[in-house]
Amino acid sequence: MSTPSRVITLTLDDREVGAHTDQTILEVARENGIVIPTLCHLEGLLPIGACRICLVEVVGSNKLLPACATKVTDGMRVITQSERLTRYRRRVVEFLFASGNHICAVCVSNHHCELQDMAVYTGMSHLTEPYRYPKLRVDASHERFVQDDNRCILCQRCVRVCAEIEGAHTWDVMGRGIEARVITDLNQPWGESDTCTSCSKCVQVCPTGALSIKGMAAAEMKKRKHFLAQYWTLKEEES
Amino acid sequence: MMLEALRKIAEEHRAAHPPTAKTLKVCVAAGCVSCQSDQVKKALEAAAKKGGADSPIIVKGVGCLGLCAQGPLVISEPGATLYRQVKPEDAAELAAATKHEPVKRLVAPANQVFYSRQQRIVTENFDRIDPEKIEDYIAADGYLALLTTLTTRSPAQTIDELIKSGLRGRGGGGYPTGLKWSTVAKASGSEKYIICNADEGDPGAFMDRSVLESDPHRILEGMALAGYAVGAQRGYIYVRAEYPIAVKRLKLAISQAEKMKLLGPSIGGSSFQFTIEVRLGAGAFVCGEETALIASIEGKRGTPRPRPPFPAESGLWGKPTLINNVETFANIATILRNGGDWYAGFGTEKSRGTKVFALAGRINNTGLIEVPMGITLREIIYDIGGGIPGGRRFKAVQTGGPSGGCIPEQFLDMPVEYESLAKVGSIMGSGGMIVMDETSCMVDVAKFFMEFCKSESCGKCVPCRVGTAQMYDLLCKISEGRATLDDLALLEDLCDTVKHTSLCGLGQTAPNPVLSTLRFFRHEYLAHIEEQRCPAGVCKMCIPQEIHR
Ligand SMILES: Cc1cc2nc3c(=O)[nH]c(=O)nc-3n(C[C@H](O)[C@H](O)[C@H](O)COP(=O)(O)O)c2cc1C
Ligand code: SF4
Ligand code: SF4
Ligand code: FES
Repeated sequence: MSTPSRVITLTLDDREVGAHTDQTILEVARENGIVIPTLCHLEGLLPIGACRICLVEVVGSNKLLPACATKVTDGMRVITQSERLTRYRRRVVEFLFASGNHICAVCVSNHHCELQDMAVYTGMSHLTEPYRYPKLRVDASHERFVQDDNRCILCQRCVRVCAEIEGAHTWDVMGRGIEARVITDLNQPWGESDTCTSCSKCVQVCPTGALSIKGMAAAEMKKRKHFLAQYWTLKEEES
Repeated sequence: MMLEALRKIAEEHRAAHPPTAKTLKVCVAAGCVSCQSDQVKKALEAAAKKGGADSPIIVKGVGCLGLCAQGPLVISEPGATLYRQVKPEDAAELAAATKHEPVKRLVAPANQVFYSRQQRIVTENFDRIDPEKIEDYIAADGYLALLTTLTTRSPAQTIDELIKSGLRGRGGGGYPTGLKWSTVAKASGSEKYIICNADEGDPGAFMDRSVLESDPHRILEGMALAGYAVGAQRGYIYVRAEYPIAVKRLKLAISQAEKMKLLGPSIGGSSFQFTIEVRLGAGAFVCGEETALIASIEGKRGTPRPRPPFPAESGLWGKPTLINNVETFANIATILRNGGDWYAGFGTEKSRGTKVFALAGRINNTGLIEVPMGITLREIIYDIGGGIPGGRRFKAVQTGGPSGGCIPEQFLDMPVEYESLAKVGSIMGSGGMIVMDETSCMVDVAKFFMEFCKSESCGKCVPCRVGTAQMYDLLCKISEGRATLDDLALLEDLCDTVKHTSLCGLGQTAPNPVLSTLRFFRHEYLAHIEEQRCPAGVCKMCIPQEIHR
């Protein structure tokens, strides 16, 4: 049912660029060296447009659109940076810090954290809204990994990598709104999961210290996402 | 079934039930059933039987009669006398009264204006037909539009008629229905779907519920016509499981229509086939959002996804999908029977036709009404609604539920249209209309709706997940007299962010109740903040020994 891709032109911040109709705004921007911040998105996983960091303005549209999940169209005029977008992106980062318990100094992912990177990128040096200090759970029942909800930003990368790449679908989301959490199987302890293959893909794609390998000290957890690129190259070679 | 057979059933049924026959019609929609109208119906049937064969009385169940707060309601024909709060013990008296004077103590007062100012299209059959009898619907010209359209109009002509009618979606957004249909019709691929959105989740709203319970065949006919127009063979009705009567009647209606071959293969002897399936929702408000609803039908977690692509292009199972609201579908058969121009004769330039509202709150006549677009809020509240009880002063009317706003007194003479309501910071919405008087606190109202949005947020996107919780906490702080002007500024800032960055309509509109009350009732917020005082006397202040500012 998908129509064949066509070559089109569009403008990104006053630059005219060429693209294929099956590409997203984010893909085209990256090809052309234009930086659009992202958080929930990870190349190689299906985009879900959840974090809203990558929102851009599209001339003629009354809504801001997620660059990671919006396909380009012919003649589209995209604005990737503006005072307004900066303000909103910063607020989204504030929301994430306010809704979790991010104590960077003691976190395994300190200095290697995409949430921290976003705080730096948006210039968020302090919160202008109250912290929520939720009481959250740590699950250390798995023999090799730890899940710490205090650091989870609900990007659902773990959910997607496990379902889309590993094919195990161990992770999913439970609950609604501010109560939503990622869970393993039907909310069993991770260590008792029947489906987890202990492949560590979720840990590697997790942008923060929410998923980590046991036994790491503060700032020791570096994530290795290269397997995603390798996976897709392999797939391409196969076909 | 062929057209001639349909006409024959209609004529026979009408002949057996002439308007002059003594008839007692009992409302069997949820409002009245909840106060035992089924018992009343049984008692009336027994009383009618006792009356003997020489003066027969027909007792029948009918749909919602509108004045829901005064149920159980019974109409006595001929004469259309409306009785209210009828008890089973009253049955003998009512049956006897069909021969002479009405029973005065049970006659509903003031029902004249309540009914005469309304314009019935969607609800035209409510007081006429038994929702569980397909013959009743057929006798009221039901399925006539379907069978004549199949033989006399092409799909394109069908859509043209709809475009002419000017009908706009009644699910809240007001998107032109004809345009939506033609987009799906043009979408490539032969596998397409029709979905009827019957998830109705706004607090206090029961318009769609009443339609489904009172006239279920009307929805089936509308959906089948949509299927013909856009080239779809399958339809789904997504209805909340909390509506058991609606679900039961829909399923019954589907099996009746299938038996009469008004649904299924080769309808009306044509090559058009259409089947309908009922799917139950578990009562999450967000599942009314179209992409979340589609995910839910597919068996996934009901959360929205970014649009584009819109369902018209890629919907259920990735196929082009037409999704419309219950009330939208309820208009279709009547429009195609009477023509688009006829329908466009009601309402205003940009808002054609009628709209069903559920009137609630501080108003004398609570219930279900259908009015022509363009009617003023004053006419609805003071004429049809009978004004505010207890001689209290009107303060605001809330439309659009958690996505809408509060409209103050100075706009009471404004016509009810999509654009005019939007101009004053509210929306038409799906039809909830809550009247508030001087004893309502606007901060409290905003807090109520924010609490709703916060607990109904699906949690997928950051601004809605965290923002609604933060805004709710700030509103609590304000209502308890603990807030500062900085908190108010933060609240306004969060409103702006959540409105413009959320993924779906829930988050995008969640700030509306706050924004609209701030626009017209800012002084009430300031009274809470600066004087620790609730002008309406609703909010309990929490004043600590020492206030740090
Ligand atoms: C949070 C949310 C809840 C919604 N709930 C409903 C609903 O209960 N019923 C409905 O018809 N539309 C609802 N909608 C609107 C639908 O997404 C969709 O626009 C509508 O069903 C289209 O039908 P229409 O064109 O006939 O109005 C909701 C939208 C949002 C964002
Ligand atoms: S655990 Fe990590 S990858 Fe999974 S949702 Fe939370 S932050 Fe994202
Ligand atoms: S706006 Fe709210 S309901 Fe809609 S996707 Fe985001 S979190 Fe879910
Ligand atoms: S990166 Fe696009 S919405 Fe998260």
